[in-house]
Amino acid sequence: MLNRISTYFYQRPKLVLALFLAPPMLYMLVVYLGSLFSLLINGFYSIDDFTGIIVREFTMRTYTQVFNITNREIVFRTATMALVVTIVDALIAFPLAYYIAKFASPRLKTWLLIAVTIPLWSSYLVRVYAWKLILAKEGILSWFINLFNLTGALEWLLGLPGIGGSSLSLSPIGMFIVFVYIWLPYMIIPIQTALERVPGSLLEASSDLGARPSQTFRTVILPLAFPGVVAGSIFTFSLTLGDFIIPLTLGNSKFFIGQAVYSYQGTGGNIPLAAAMTMGPVVIMVLYLLIARRLGAFDAI
Amino acid sequence: MPSKSSDTRPRASWGLKLAAFGTLLFLHFPMWIIFLYTFTPDETTYTFPLPGFTTKWFGVALQRADLWRSLTLSLQVASVATAAALILGTFAAAAVYRSNFFGRESISFLLLLPIALPGIVTGIALRTAIGGLDIPFSFWTIVIGHATFCVVVVYNNVLARFRRTNATMIEASMDLGANSFQTFRHVVLPNIATALLAGGMLAFALSFDEVIVTTFTAGQQTTLPIWIFSQLSRPRDRPVTNVVATIVILITFLPIFIAQKISAGSSETEGETK
Amino acid sequence: MMNNPSAPAIRFDKVSRHFGEVKAVDLVDLEVGDGEFFSMLGPSGSGKTTCLRMIAGFDRPTSGKIHLYGQDVSSLPPYERNVNTVFQDYALFPHMNVEANIAYGLMVKNVARQERIKHVEEMLELVQLSGFAGRKPSQLSGGQRQRVALARALINHPKVLLLDEPLGALDLKLRQQMQIELKAIQKRVGITFIFVTHDQEEAITMSDRIAVFNQGKIEQIGSPSDIYERPASSFVAGFVGTSNLVGGEIAKRTTGSEQTFSIRPEKIHIGSMSDNPASGMISLDGVIRDVIYLGLFTRYLIETEDGVDLVVVEQNLKSTSMDVLSAKGHKVRLSWHQDHISRVGG
Repeated sequence: MLNRISTYFYQRPKLVLALFLAPPMLYMLVVYLGSLFSLLINGFYSIDDFTGIIVREFTMRTYTQVFNITNREIVFRTATMALVVTIVDALIAFPLAYYIAKFASPRLKTWLLIAVTIPLWSSYLVRVYAWKLILAKEGILSWFINLFNLTGALEWLLGLPGIGGSSLSLSPIGMFIVFVYIWLPYMIIPIQTALERVPGSLLEASSDLGARPSQTFRTVILPLAFPGVVAGSIFTFSLTLGDFIIPLTLGNSKFFIGQAVYSYQGTGGNIPLAAAMTMGPVVIMVLYLLIARRLGAFDAI
Repeated sequence: MPSKSSDTRPRASWGLKLAAFGTLLFLHFPMWIIFLYTFTPDETTYTFPLPGFTTKWFGVALQRADLWRSLTLSLQVASVATAAALILGTFAAAAVYRSNFFGRESISFLLLLPIALPGIVTGIALRTAIGGLDIPFSFWTIVIGHATFCVVVVYNNVLARFRRTNATMIEASMDLGANSFQTFRHVVLPNIATALLAGGMLAFALSFDEVIVTTFTAGQQTTLPIWIFSQLSRPRDRPVTNVVATIVILITFLPIFIAQKISAGSSETEGETK
Repeated sequence: MMNNPSAPAIRFDKVSRHFGEVKAVDLVDLEVGDGEFFSMLGPSGSGKTTCLRMIAGFDRPTSGKIHLYGQDVSSLPPYERNVNTVFQDYALFPHMNVEANIAYGLMVKNVARQERIKHVEEMLELVQLSGFAGRKPSQLSGGQRQRVALARALINHPKVLLLDEPLGALDLKLRQQMQIELKAIQKRVGITFIFVTHDQEEAITMSDRIAVFNQGKIEQIGSPSDIYERPASSFVAGFVGTSNLVGGEIAKRTTGSEQTFSIRPEKIHIGSMSDNPASGMISLDGVIRDVIYLGLFTRYLIETEDGVDLVVVEQNLKSTSMDVLSAKGHKVRLSWHQDHISRVGG
């Protein structure tokens, strides 16, 4: 009996393919793409200012709101943070990635790579929480700063407009530190992969031709590692752009995109605006991905 | 680091070594800090150095009914989402592996999107869709959200395993008299079992830890990450949160660690018979 | 299932297999007799493996029919045919031990465990691997895996056993040993064997009959000596061993017909210019252009008076390398028996 069913399908491979493909595709198309489509559409709706109810009629009003002063500031703030975080993460990640790729023995390399990915395995939320502890006014970082008599320097830093705040744990500086920390593994791994692919013979050839180590570094290693940096930057940029947990936890009233979206759809109930604002990161990320692909980043992932 | 006589790698400068290990330390010390703080008797602040040493907060945490409810909910959501991911992911992997059809590349891309785009995009998108269809937010809306990004983890694992198996084995099984169902049961399933396990554990950890999409797709439900999230912005139960944080590290760390071991160890029993 | 006992084991009736534009198998007719050791010989891409797969059921003919002892099996899936295959890469199940591998065919037919064990032991004895039941495939050598694959197929008492270049991965000595063993096993179990190979020496050693494939068609079917001594086409003459192809003017002068013929290098005798060839012998004069000493025999390249090159091979029965190499440049009279030529048409 089963044989007959089996033979029926065996003689119709296209049917089998369709049967296998249908459930996951239906799910993804309906649930995921459907939601994305709904997101796009919702940006064209608006909210009635008096009743707070969503008006499901096509209008450009909401999207126009995205470009008003407050929202422009929010996007600018978020993009700037994303950029700075990306650059700093690249700088910090590079030595470790370089070491793992070129100087570590195979055994050590395995352990180091595990060590780098372990933080990714632990909960993201918990790692953010850890920094709440560390950056607290009475916490371990302050204690260290006190130890080295740098409290004055810290206060000055916190007094700076734009990036300062009431305390480390409630300021853009604090957010910056946590952002750098939390996306760091995403930058280390692609750079390491890219560097690993640089054959040792290239470096030998370079020095054989008379280049000093620093020249070899600048002219051979750095350019070849660049696609890895771009690949890593996709993560750091995109993740920072869309994150609302860290700004909410460590930020102040100066909103970031994620916070804005979160608050618009939450207490504000202004789904259309939230949707419209989210399209911003989507567009930015798509452009970024296209540019990154040009720069060869996808070969390094 | 001892250097072997056959070592042809260049030696790293001390500066580089310092920078490298410093970065590594930077990556890890925050989690140790949390563990440290589970022992502080201080209830209201995060004072360092710790004013004392106590283990009572473990007991307190165990008594908290709301914590147990959240934990249970998280485990339930993760289980169902993982189950869905296992089925959908394996189906997709089987389809992509077996045939060269139009749009094959797009399938992988489509499955990857939920993880590639920021969580907030998935979250808001689902929110607009669910809200727009007037579906109540519930356990099931959370699961639906989680399944979107869990599928790809299983898919990648199973597809990679399919690609490493010897396809002639399936022909051999049929040649010896087994129909498709028997072949699946006796030959295919044992070979992808470890990939399913590894993929499943990764999906489970991913779902258990997820907070961004969850906040947008949950109704009144509180998963464990949502509980922690509420503590982040308005800390009320600092010591208990520390305990919870430590436990969460363990619960998400273990499945992924085991999954790694399985993936690494399974290369011995792969389908390469030559 | 009706079995016609007098029907051939396998019959191909105008079987074709097209892959789009490519004709992998092109209108092939063949018959394999009951109990034969039948080889399908040809270069890669000649269609021999595709034919084998169609017999096994992994591929369906685009047109034509395949009969197994009189029954049309063209549309049956592999598990419904009483045919088993030994695969080129053995395809043993890595997660099962040797016993489970061999017993697989019985297991899926729900044969009781005790009986399975009994049959497995019989098989292990047949392939000389008694005591290996508990090992895993990863613990076996290439030759041992091959025998397990053979046992796994034979335990089901198939009507026909298909072997897809099974000896390709073994080193020379082992391969030669396995050739002898396979032949012996076939005689013992009396099953029809269909053997695919690109190695003509292997085919000649083992087969009762050979089908030579080229570009989807069969060029010739016959016994090893038929194929070798009387190749029907220039392809067969060149693929199975080496051969001299002579046509045109010379053919007309020496044999009375312009049609190209093939003459094997070892059939040509090198004599001196004063020789007088006997009746029934064809002769041709020439100069030795090149001599290659190969230990067991020597290969001579001779340019005939008409400018055509002939390859002649002679065993070094009495001569040493010194003797043969000095023959370079000598004038010689070649001769061969007229029965030893084979017309290859065109």
